[in-house]
Parts: sequence; structure tokens; C-alpha cells
Amino acid sequence: MPVKDMRTAINEALRQEMEADESVFCIGEDLVGGFGTDCGKDQGNAGSFGVTAGLYSQFGGKRIMDTPISEAAIIGAAAGAALVGMRPVAEIMFADFVTLCMDPLVNQMAKFRYMFGGKTTCPAVVRLPCGAIPGSGAGPHHSQTIYALMTAIPGLKVVIPSNAYDAKGLLVSAIRDDDPVLYFEPKALYTESCDVPDEPYAIPLGEAAMPREGDDVTVVAFGAMVPAAIAAIDSLATEGITCDLVDPRTTSPLDEEVILESVEATGRLVVVDESPPRCGLTADIAALAADKAFWSLQAPVKQVTAPHAPTPFATELELAHIPSPERITQAIREVLA
Amino acid sequence: MAEPEATGLSKDRLLELYRQLATIREFEERINVEVNAGRLASFYHLSSGQEANAVGVCAHLDNPADTIVSNHRGHGHCIARGADVQAMMKELCGSSEGLCKGRGGTMHIADIDRGLLGANGVVGGGPPIAVGAALANKLRGDGGVSVVFLGDGAVNEGAVFEAMNMAVVLSVPAVFVIEDNKYGEFTTGAYMTGTGDLRARTESFGLGVTEVDGTDLFAVHEAAGSVIDHARRGNGPAGLICHAPRFHGHFTGDPEDYRPEGEAAEARRDSDCIKIFRARVLATGQLTPDDLAAVDGAVTEAIDAAVAAAAAAPRPDPVDVAADVYVSY
Ligand SMILES: Cc1ncc(C[n+]2csc(CCOP(=O)(O)OP(=O)(O)O)c2C)c(N)n1
Ligand SMILES: [Mg+2]
Repeated sequence: MPVKDMRTAINEALRQEMEADESVFCIGEDLVGGFGTDCGKDQGNAGSFGVTAGLYSQFGGKRIMDTPISEAAIIGAAAGAALVGMRPVAEIMFADFVTLCMDPLVNQMAKFRYMFGGKTTCPAVVRLPCGAIPGSGAGPHHSQTIYALMTAIPGLKVVIPSNAYDAKGLLVSAIRDDDPVLYFEPKALYTESCDVPDEPYAIPLGEAAMPREGDDVTVVAFGAMVPAAIAAIDSLATEGITCDLVDPRTTSPLDEEVILESVEATGRLVVVDESPPRCGLTADIAALAADKAFWSLQAPVKQVTAPHAPTPFATELELAHIPSPERITQAIREVLA
Repeated sequence: MAEPEATGLSKDRLLELYRQLATIREFEERINVEVNAGRLASFYHLSSGQEANAVGVCAHLDNPADTIVSNHRGHGHCIARGADVQAMMKELCGSSEGLCKGRGGTMHIADIDRGLLGANGVVGGGPPIAVGAALANKLRGDGGVSVVFLGDGAVNEGAVFEAMNMAVVLSVPAVFVIEDNKYGEFTTGAYMTGTGDLRARTESFGLGVTEVDGTDLFAVHEAAGSVIDHARRGNGPAGLICHAPRFHGHFTGDPEDYRPEGEAAEARRDSDCIKIFRARVLATGQLTPDDLAAVDGAVTEAIDAAVAAAAAAPRPDPVDVAADVYVSY
């Protein structure tokens, strides 16, 4: 099977869904990169991360378009276009800037179907490159995950792929889904590769993956923390400690069943996310275990998260902010102690 | 040949303005070198080519209550506002002795004691903050103004529209300096801003707007003087549009696939505010080649020292990662 990185996998999903469905179009800042310039080339930089490369050459400016720097209007327009049956894939260049379009996301597209009495759908996708790239010094305004905040909103579906294979299949499902989907792309994983089939395939939203299976501890990790958890779990395997690793892949809908089944089997739970701890995904999963698997638990649940602080610029601070495999290993040992 | 006009500025003043221009240029170019050599890791938005905007505007901010609000391309604004280049360079290296203790980095340099209310990673984040600072100037009656620098791409953020309108409605001494370098990242201003007439659009909020050639420090200096004076005298907000090219890519490492071949080189050759300044003061005889060379030497020395100091500066302690968050868990 061909090996592709996550950037390529996302690009392929966009291209194939645009080929399959005329109503799919891409809208955002600098997706083509070079609108209005006379650079003599078919496209410019193709996005800040090169994810939309080649789409303009293939589909032209009616299917992929650069916009002014106007996040509220981009997402509001995606909501409106979706409300009348188009399938926009909008991009917010860095997930941090979702704060500039909270109204169209939270008050508008999330609520259309419900508040209009179930008479409409809103098949919009919003792509959000998110999280820190360790050592990149992107700083407080270009490193946040934000996905926990959005998971809290009824009416939004939230996807966080952790590898290239899932990235493609989940984006295909997101685009085909009739409801608004926020698709978070952990920037740290853009260059990570794995086997990705050439043909289109859909991974259902709401089905967790289990990239590692074991007996002693359940580890639940999100996005960029999945590879970190794999590193931790694989290092412990040499000592005979084995873990289930649950990658929920979507935080809304959430595959509670897979998480609970695993916790019931192992009796121990570590939850890992690179976001700060309060009101976040790790607390959410810990509460799920307390609610529905309490009698199976043999140790307190451990949450491994960033500290309650913005993401700092300096490398030493940034690395102290992002949970490391060592911290995950430590947490696994603690729940076993 | 007509006699070149004297500039109306004293020799000391000219030397100081030149020092600032040259310092910004040297600072930015050195960062580019450091990034290319792999000694700086982040991405930096360099302002080479746009120095005269920062210097010409900040030259008029002599009231201690004056503030500036900067943006992602903010190194020049900070230097022109008087931020210490060593402390800035340390910040860019992530040192704990940096202006923001290494926590903010290139896009968040702030020096509150000097009325530098922060660069900004969020495009369009600055203008509402400047309106607030200017509102404080008005409420306190301290005669201060707040100047915000924003790009020709940022003008299309809703928050900028709201800030401009509210500045007019509340009649606050805010000055919106729009730096038109013809690009917002990789997309042109001409494409992004529906009206080809940014000045008319800005004026439509009820602001008086002056438009200048940002490659001419003297033009910026003069125009900024009257615009800031207007706001300072309690006549409400004002706008200044400065046209000057961006010599580098959007950020260090930008492949610039969108940029016409040779455009940046041409700008360096024909539209360099420093060359234009030098030609002017030499032609009027107000400064000599030796005067300029002395400044150049001192500037190079200062930036060398800043780079060396930054490389040797202490690193932050990881245990401080959550300091200053007011609440900890
Ligand atoms: C809210 C927000 N949207 C998008 C970006 C990404 N971005 C950073 S700079 C920039 C272009 C800004 O253009 P302009 O205002 O003209 O300033 P210039 O870079 O030309 O100095 C963009 C789109 C951002 N930082 N913040
Ligand atoms: Mg610009």
C-alpha cells in the first residue's frame, strides 16, 4: 500500500470528494495563495501548510477560492451555503482563530437543524490546523487545540485524526456528513506517514480505533498525543506492562462503548491530551469512567495534560507544556502502583 | 537641477531617525541570517522595506501617556518605540531575560513601561485594543494618543471595522496606521479589498485619512505629525495609509511561490526607504557620508552585541511554564 503523510492524505480526500460531488468546494485564506498576484504560476503557496496543493490547477477558482482575512464571514458564508445544500469545506488557518468566528459556528450552524425544527441540515466542514509543533516556537496565538471547547457545543461534530490513514477516511465522512463537522488537523502530524489507500474510503464518525491492545491499563489519547502514547506504551511493553490505547478519533460523537469496555477489562485509566486540563477532554473521559465504569476502577484515573497556561514560545517552556511520552509512562506506572 | 529641499529637521534629529531606520533593518536582516543558519527556530515576520512607517510615526509619540499597538510584523514598531534591542533579541531566542521572559516570542513583544502594548499574532486583534487605550487617554484627559499599526490585509477583519466605527462614535484619540505592502500573506491587497480605494473606505467610517509614500521617511514623518496632532487635540481618531514594500517573504522560510519573479529585488533597488533617506540628506548636505557611516558602525555593533547577548542569555526554567496565569491547578 502506498505510504503518504497526513498532509497528502487530507489533500487526497479533498480532491476525491470534490471529484465525486460538484457541491463540494473549498473556501479560506490563502488556500490557493496567490489570488490577485501575477506570479506566472498556476498556484501560489497553496495554504500555510501546503494541504490544498494542486486543487486549484484541477478544479479552478469556482471550487477552491481565497478569501479576504475575514474569519467570521468565511464561516458564516460556509454556514449559509451549507444551509442551501452546498458542501463547503472552509479552513481557519490556525485553530486559534476560531475565536473570531464563534458566532457562525456556535450560534448559527450548530443550531440550525435543532432550532429550525429538524427541517434543515448544514453539511459544512471546517478544517482547523491545531496544536503545537514541538520546537517550532509558534507561541500563544498559533498553538492551541481548541477542540475541547468546540466539543462542548451541541450540534457540532468534532473530528481529530491522529494518523494519515484516519485523516483521509474521516475527512471523507466529514464531507459526506449532513451536519456541521469541525475537522481538527494536528499540525505536528502533517509530516507523519503511514499506509494510505489511493481509493476513497470512509471511516464512520463515532467509532474509536484501538492502535494498541493490552491487559494492564487503558490509555485514551487524542490527536497528536496518540503517537506520544504509542511511544510510552511500546517502551513499557519491554517490561511486560501492556496497555489498551483508545484513540476516539471523534470527540463528538464519542465512542463511549469502546472506552468503557476497555476500562472494565483493565480497571485502570490514563487519559492524555495536549490541551490545558480544565473542562477538557481528559476530564470528560474521566467523568465517563466515574459514571459508567466506577466499580471496575482499581485506581484513581490519571489525566496527563498541558498545564493550565497558554502555549509558550521558548523551546524549553513549549516542551514543558506539551505532554511527553515520559509523562505518559509515569502516569501509567502511577495507576499501576 | 533644482536645489533639493532641506528637511526642516535638526542634524541630531536626523541622526536619530537614521539610527532607528538602520537599527530596524539590521535587526531584521540579522534575524534572517540567524534563521537561515539554523540558530533561530521559529518563523519571523520581517519588516525590511517598511521601516519608515514605524520610525516616521513613533517619532511623534512624546507624551508618556502615548501608546502603540503593533501586529505580527512588529519588530520595527517596537524598535521605533524605543524597546531595547538586546531584550528584544533575547525574546526572539526565547531567553528568560527577553522582554516577555521568552513566553511570547516574536509575535508578542510588549514593553508596557514604554507604552508598547504588544505585537499581536491575531490579525486585526490590535485596533480594538488601541481604541480602548485611546478611550483611557480621553477619560483621563492626559493628552495621550494610541496608535495602532495594521496591514492592508487586516483591514478586512470585522473587528477592524467595528474599532474604526467605535473610535469615531466615542471620539477617542486613536490613530490607525495602515501599512500597505500589497500583500496579506500570499494574496494581494488588490484582490482582498473589494474597493480599490482603501482610503475612501477608511474615510467612510468618518475618519480623516492621509495617504503617503512609505518609502519616504520625511513624507511619513510630516503626515504622521499632523494626523497624531489631530487626535491629540481631541478631534477624534484619524487614519494614515503608508505604502511601502515588503522585502522578504511573508515570514522567514516563505517559498514565495505567489510572488512575481524579481519583485522583491526591484523593491530593494528602487523603493528602499533607507537608500532614499540617505540620498536625500546627502543631497541637502544635512548629513555627510561620515555621519551616516558612524551610525551604521554603531548600529552593526549594537546588533552584533544583541545577537551575542541573546545567544549567551539564560534559558527559562521549565518549572515556570505556568507562571503569571493568576490561577493554577
Ligand atoms: C485572525 C487571523 N487570521 C489569519 C492569520 C494568519 N495571518 C497572519 S499574517 C496574515 C496576513 C496579514 O496581512 P497584512 O495585514 O497585510 O499584514 P502584513 O503581513 O502584510 O504585514 C495572515 C492572514 C492571523 N494571524 N490571524
Ligand atoms: Mg500587507
